Order: sequence, then C-alpha cells, then structure tokens
Amino acid sequence: MLQVKLFAKAREVVGSPVAEVHWTDGQTVLQLKRVLVEKHPDLQPMISRLLVAVNNDYAADDAPIKTSDEVACFPPVSGG
Amino acid sequence: MIAMTNAPIDYHALTESVRSSQSGAVVLFLGTVREMTEGRRTMALEYEGYPQMAEAKLAELESQARSRWPIDRVAIMHRLGHLELGDISVAIAVSCPHRKQAFEAGQFLIDELKVSVPIWKKENWDDGTTEWVHPN
Repeated sequence: MLQVKLFAKAREVVGSPVAEVHWTDGQTVLQLKRVLVEKHPDLQPMISRLLVAVNNDYAADDAPIKTSDEVACFPPVSGG
Repeated sequence: MIAMTNAPIDYHALTESVRSSQSGAVVLFLGTVREMTEGRRTMALEYEGYPQMAEAKLAELESQARSRWPIDRVAIMHRLGHLELGDISVAIAVSCPHRKQAFEAGQFLIDELKVSVPIWKKENWDDGTTEWVHPN
C-alpha cells in the first residue's frame, strides 16, 4: 500500500488527511492521480490541477513512485 | 531562519534577527489579511500547510536568493491556522549591504513563496460560505 498525504481541498473532498492506495513500485505520478480519482470520484473535477510531491519535491507525471517514498497530493498553492 | 507557526508572528524579533553591522539595509515584508477581494468581504482566513515540504522549499528559495544577491541574513515565518482581518500571515526579513539588493531579494522571496511553497488559504466570506483559494 502507498500512503498519500492530502491537503486543502483534496483533503476535504476525500474526508481524510491520508489516502491509501494499492501500489506497485515503479508506477508513476500520472497513474497515482488516476488511482486516486477512481477511489475518490469527488477528486475528478480537480484532477487536471492536482500536484504530486515525492519526498518533499514536486514530481512530474512520468516520475516513478515507491511505497517507501513520502508522497503528497494537493491543489495549486495559495500561501502568502 | 525559516519556520511555520500557529502563534502570532513577532515581526519585531524577526527583523532584529537579520540586523547586523555587515548590512546597511534591512527590508521587512508583511503579508496581512485583507478585508475586500474583488468586491467580496472576508471575515477570516484559514491557512493550512505541509510544513516539512514548505520548509524545504523555502530553504531552496533562500539559497536561490543568496546566489543572486549578496544577502547577509534572511528570516521567513509563515503562520498557519485561523487568522482574523489584519493579522500577519507571513513575514520576510532580509538584510544586505545596500537597499536595492535587499528590496529585490525580499520581493523575489515573497513572489516565489506564493508560487511554490505548499501552503493554502481558505476564505471565510461574510455570507457564511467558505472557499479554498486555488489559483490556476
């Protein structure tokens, strides 16, 4: 299983600060987005804008993810 | 110094922390909670952060700024949680030998913070609705 931290609107629509998904090491960021939306259809409207961070850095759609990575998924940032 | 906090930001102490005899200029930027946004009235803001990554991204921004300007000291603090109108959400203090460098470095840090540091704000409008601010 892969633990995915969720923040802001992504956390709210899923109803939890963490999502757990079945995972095979080497699957990519893009696959994670698809799996998350499948499991939590309420994420669908924001899928095109969701960002994924792996080990505290932004990750591109083709970046591979391992279950040992720290992974987070969230909408565009709005701090300041 | 880079930090997230749930407590009010002591911007006087933050400013003092960057002062030194090596620097002839200190610039302080404060972001504060504004009442009106495009005709709508804000009652309060909720800030949420991903502190570990936010601190890592801010450290990257500090090192980018140091590669561009002769920065002496930097202090960045972002508040999280519930903020009322007028409260300080972020404070950035920079010291440099000369003022132009300090202004430019300070502007760079706040501009980039808003683009890449994982912190989010949620509007509490005066009609009772709430809305996450997620720029395109």
